[in-house]
Amino acid sequence: MAYASLAEIIDYTKEHNILFWEAVLEDDMAERKVTKEASFHQMKATWDAIRHACSHYEPKRRSSSGLVGGQGAQMEEYCRARTPLCGSFVGKVMTQALKMGESNACMKRIVAAPTAGACGVLPAALVPYYEERKEDEARILEAMYVSAGIGQVIAVRASISGAAGGCQAEIGSASAMAAGALTYLEGGNAAQICHASAMALKNLLGLVCDPVAGLVEIPCVKRNVIGAVNALSAADMALAGIESRIPPDQVIDAMKEVGDKLDASLRETGMGGLAATPAGIEIMDKLHHKTR
Amino acid sequence: MNIFDILGPVMVGPSSSHTAGAVRIGYIAHKLLQDELANAEIYLHGSFATTGAGHGTDRALIAGLLGMKPDDIRIPDSFQIAREQGVTFSFDTKNIKDAHPNTALLLLTGKSGRTLEVQAASIGGGRIMIQKLDGIDVNFSSEKPTLIVHNLDQPGHVAEVTSMLSHKSVNIATMQLYRDKRGGYAVMVLETDQPIPQEAIAWLAHLEGIIKVTYFNSEEEA
Ligand code: SF4
Repeated sequence: MAYASLAEIIDYTKEHNILFWEAVLEDDMAERKVTKEASFHQMKATWDAIRHACSHYEPKRRSSSGLVGGQGAQMEEYCRARTPLCGSFVGKVMTQALKMGESNACMKRIVAAPTAGACGVLPAALVPYYEERKEDEARILEAMYVSAGIGQVIAVRASISGAAGGCQAEIGSASAMAAGALTYLEGGNAAQICHASAMALKNLLGLVCDPVAGLVEIPCVKRNVIGAVNALSAADMALAGIESRIPPDQVIDAMKEVGDKLDASLRETGMGGLAATPAGIEIMDKLHHKTR
Repeated sequence: MNIFDILGPVMVGPSSSHTAGAVRIGYIAHKLLQDELANAEIYLHGSFATTGAGHGTDRALIAGLLGMKPDDIRIPDSFQIAREQGVTFSFDTKNIKDAHPNTALLLLTGKSGRTLEVQAASIGGGRIMIQKLDGIDVNFSSEKPTLIVHNLDQPGHVAEVTSMLSHKSVNIATMQLYRDKRGGYAVMVLETDQPIPQEAIAWLAHLEGIIKVTYFNSEEEA
């Protein structure tokens, strides 16, 4: 059975004197009735699929609407030409987030984490970290357990679907997952992991799901960037010892409450927010002409 | 939801419901047809109809019908591949009463003439629900080994099936019974925790009063 709260995971780690990721691993072994090796094997396959997706980005590819594609390459070029305001590491993170979001929009193979629309957030946090810091692959897999455990609690307590909870449930959840993973990689303890994810989620609370023409393109691709960068800053805050004043589980509950209160037009229907702007409507009309 | 529903599935984008789920609908429909596909007449309902083209829902359904899974990188080229294999297909929109927003209706014809009508919905996260087969309610997820038995509407057949399964130490996870008013027969849909041995299915198919037995285990080829 998945954990019903982050507090429950922390209690479990204390009771058994284990790490956060080990608590998630044990739960997976119990839930799917698999060995430790089998669980790791699948996590490794997931990581390999993420890396494969990263290395197979195609800058020339465009989405079916023709509106998305090539921006990851543009960002990469910019970061090569000069030092971005955010610094070179964050430049790589942003580039990776754009690339993965675009690959998804362009019908390439990605790993939903937790959803396809938000598939760029976690890779943008983990892959540059792995490459730049020459991190052990085993520790990256451990960090992925951390992120999966956080995502699972969010899915149980609130939602990870834009149609149910708005974009805070997709990009927000992905950001919380990535923040926890990074905090672990940087040596944070279980409590810090939870505070990092709580702060990441808090800072994206209320984000609406308003995809133009109902497609996972605008604003989805770019929102992966804020999801990833927000994860970095939340992890840094937690590592500095800053805590979320609202306990992490209550932050998740607040996310659910906000999601429930969101008007249907702001939950993946493509009828509100950016989708309902004159420019958004124009794009939709053009697409309908193209397909009809 | 296990952790690989959170970190996963590995899929071709852009949408788990409109793309990955659509591939799976096609894939399961192709399994259920039990024949090589010759022609598919496809109707899209609700959000599948309005945003399907942009999400590649059409290409995803055809890819699944050709036997591809949601992580197959050939999905975007499925129309081309279908043509190369001599498979014909058509798309239209249709308002299906009381259907889930992401619903597709597939009218399939196999190369040896078998036909099958499948109504299925993509219910989120790449998961699906097969709602109707040949117009009869079935409602199964296709995530577990699934046995579908068409039999004459007379006593005893349910017991035959369940005792066969217990004999083979196969645990039943869910069981549903439906009646087809048109055909005058009954349909049993069982989802099981363990796979069902092939010989047991063959035995069942030969019993009197059993009209048709369909079995698939999507785990098998995973
Ligand atoms: S705007 Fe909606 S569809 Fe796009 S990433 Fe956010 S939740 Fe997903």
